[in-house]
Amino acid sequence: MPAPTCSSCHAARAALRRPRSGQALCGSCFCATFEAEVLHTVLAGHLLPPGAVVAVGASGGKDSTVLAHVLRELAPRLGITLHLVAVDEGIGGYRDAALEAVSSQAARWELPLTIVAYADLFGGWTMDAVARSTAGSGRSRSCCTFCGVLRRRALEEGARLVGASHIVTGHNADDMAETVLMNFLRGDAGRLARGGVLGSAGEGCALPRCRPLQFASQKEVVLYAHFRRLRYFSEECVYAPEAFRGHARDLLKRLEAARPSAVLDLVHSAERLALAPAARPPPPGTCSRCGALASHTLCQACALLDGLNRGLPRLAIGKGRRVLEDKPPLSGNPSSDPAASQGPCTCEQSRDGATLCGDGGDRAEATCVLQSDLSPTE
Amino acid sequence: MAAPLCVEVQFGGGAELLFDGVKKHQVTLPGQEGPWDIRNLLVWIKKNLLKERPELFIQGESVRPGILVLINDADWELLGELDYQLQDQDSILFISTLHGG
Repeated sequence: MPAPTCSSCHAARAALRRPRSGQALCGSCFCATFEAEVLHTVLAGHLLPPGAVVAVGASGGKDSTVLAHVLRELAPRLGITLHLVAVDEGIGGYRDAALEAVSSQAARWELPLTIVAYADLFGGWTMDAVARSTAGSGRSRSCCTFCGVLRRRALEEGARLVGASHIVTGHNADDMAETVLMNFLRGDAGRLARGGVLGSAGEGCALPRCRPLQFASQKEVVLYAHFRRLRYFSEECVYAPEAFRGHARDLLKRLEAARPSAVLDLVHSAERLALAPAARPPPPGTCSRCGALASHTLCQACALLDGLNRGLPRLAIGKGRRVLEDKPPLSGNPSSDPAASQGPCTCEQSRDGATLCGDGGDRAEATCVLQSDLSPTE
Repeated sequence: MAAPLCVEVQFGGGAELLFDGVKKHQVTLPGQEGPWDIRNLLVWIKKNLLKERPELFIQGESVRPGILVLINDADWELLGELDYQLQDQDSILFISTLHGG
């Protein structure tokens, strides 16, 4: 059967159908619509005001490539300047190749590029070193748990280095939907409730972050890159098969095949969630070591690095957290333990992972939450 | 009875890794009883082009969810998906979306 005509220009043959509206568009009209929607997301959410110096988290991958390209097109209209910031996690055979892609993009787009490395920021801890350190424990290594926390810290550092006022990342609707599913599956009510907002306003000293591609489905990001002939790096991180996110991703793909609008519908559902009063987390304080926002004495990044440096990598994940803060072990009922009053331990009260559950037990991924971490991390 | 067909099969977004890294393949499909459609093209690809891990490309009789199929630069959804009947000189592009960005 022949393809329908584009419902926008009525001239060219349609190349795709938009998942939510079912509207048939040609490649050119689709790209224009895509850009207009990103512009609308930014303007309606007041995400990037005129004069903003925007650090773009650039990995060389499809999402950050499309993000940087679209923002570069929109920059004059928005009155913003862009800096690419790439994070080198120290993953041999993967990240070095991706960084080459970012470097050539920076040259092609004539945008400044700053690369920040875990090795420099975190006392030599590359992801490969973390993976070795967490190997052999007989259960999942949780490398990705570390990487998510450390990468956003690294991005923050890189953004400061270039004097940025805002950080943008290329998370798309699928990433957001996967995170919603992950948070449901892990009983992480705090992240569920706060992760739906457009961006974090930058509490404490954290820079404001946002995700202009948040309402663009992954399929449309890839199609945009195809029609605009954008080149990007498309290999999977060597550690990705271990990440919990893979389960959410598989489920989401199957759901999408049955109901194409499921991805965006999930994101919009999460935006409309309200937490029951008992589940709301307390306002966070500051990390005693680095001053960043933290729900406990140490922020998540410092806690994870502490664990690594003590040769006890799982220290800040699940059960080990308590030892780090020199608190006596829980007797039984967490709410009666005065040592847990820094931020209520919620392992039995509620399943809110927004404050660290020291007795996470089978919820090995439960970790405390930095306000700026409240978006997809792994 | 379908005559032999020449089509171009392309792989992108990482899918090419399953095909020895080769992105563009000029393919001649032999004449056969019934028409050539995407369904039996996939069977042909699995048998003749796919080098490793078929489960990463094919699921059941279709492509794995997350792999986009463009026929002459149009989403296969608009053209009947597996039932689309191939024509001579068609270009079929498989793009994987299944990796971080």
